[in-house]
Amino acid sequence: MCGLCGIVGNAPHWSEGVPAPSLPDTPARRRERQERVRGLNRVLSPFGLTAADWQAHAYVIATRTGRSEIVDNTAHLWPAAARLCGKPCDPLDPKLIARLEAEVRR
Amino acid sequence: MTERLPLHLISGFLGSGKTTLLQRMLGAPALGDSAVLVNELGEIGLDHHLLRHIDGETVLLRNGCVCCTVRDDLGAALKDLLSRRARGEIPGFSRVIVESTGLADPVPILSTIAAEPSLRHHVRIGRVITTVDAVNAGLQSRQQPEFASQIAVADRIVLTKTDIADAGTIAAAMAQLRLINPGAAIDRAMAPDLDVADLLAEPQTSAALSAEASAWTRPSARFQAVAAHDAGVQSFCMVFDRPIDWVTLGIWLTMLLHAHGERVLRVKGLLDIAGSDYPVVINGVQHVMHKPLHLDAWPDEDHRSRLVFILRDLPRDLVERSCLAFLGLVPAYA
Repeated sequence: MCGLCGIVGNAPHWSEGVPAPSLPDTPARRRERQERVRGLNRVLSPFGLTAADWQAHAYVIATRTGRSEIVDNTAHLWPAAARLCGKPCDPLDPKLIARLEAEVRR
Repeated sequence: MTERLPLHLISGFLGSGKTTLLQRMLGAPALGDSAVLVNELGEIGLDHHLLRHIDGETVLLRNGCVCCTVRDDLGAALKDLLSRRARGEIPGFSRVIVESTGLADPVPILSTIAAEPSLRHHVRIGRVITTVDAVNAGLQSRQQPEFASQIAVADRIVLTKTDIADAGTIAAAMAQLRLINPGAAIDRAMAPDLDVADLLAEPQTSAALSAEASAWTRPSARFQAVAAHDAGVQSFCMVFDRPIDWVTLGIWLTMLLHAHGERVLRVKGLLDIAGSDYPVVINGVQHVMHKPLHLDAWPDEDHRSRLVFILRDLPRDLVERSCLAFLGLVPAYA
């Protein structure tokens, strides 16, 4: 448990630490988290949301008006994102796919 | 932390030979250190294996197996079992075998283990074995949506009643199973050399893991066409020429499982991850993803990433397009 914030440590999520298996607080893992935040922002932006790292233990997602939630990992992030933006976050949404495709082609 | 116990699941319809397979497992000396959770002790016919009754719902078998009834809730039954083991009220065991109920979709059982913190620290998901009645496979596949789930989640499939089915029926059943799950090994219950303990054996070495991943993801003829199925189930394999960005794949897959997890019956992959020297195996059943595993080496000369999906009522083209768009692997043409 973190003595400052009282958060009970969880087992790492399956999606974390795979390319460079290492302790959570190492440069490689911090880089991975930064990349994840960048990737999340790319996908969350069409929903009017942003993501940020929180103490290398969690992620904060927020709306443009400042409503926010803290989540442990990306699996917990999507339900929170759907609550905050008031619509489902569906990767199969043709509009989202077209937007990401256009970004890649640009 | 002590090593977590594997929990193996025996799934299959009523009358598919699940109980007979369980009886054979209970008699196998190699599986003597097992705890077995069943729906009804009386149905298993344990008399000739019985050593003594521990209480009304728990018996000890001659080979050392502990056998218990699940009254209502599997999670509660498992916790009770683990707690009695810790107190020394029942003998120790090194694996748990669970018999699923006949009509049940096996995924909620797997979700129970993955979601419950007090269980997942002690138990991990092991092998899923599904028994299929060769005579009735075609009918069940058309009439019962759970059939596809039971087949899709299986690591091994045991085809039963092949002694009363003709060759054509058996071939049709095998083809049906392959359409839904092209990767799981299919054994015949009647085969004289069937080793029931081996059904529960998990690949321990990197070479064994690699061989299994290769069997699942080999781009073979059966993957070239979309394997459409009566219940809206299809399986296909995506092959990637370039290394995959793990972080982006994780973002996409968690989002897909959030939005459509119940329709992603299975995802299994052998991946060339950018920045990693070794291939990575991923394996998931609906919302439940296993911990990814690094292999020491590729199973063959083909080092391209391969991702196998078994989907229900999800359009393949949209899933593929979405995956490529997230990964930035969009073709140059519109």
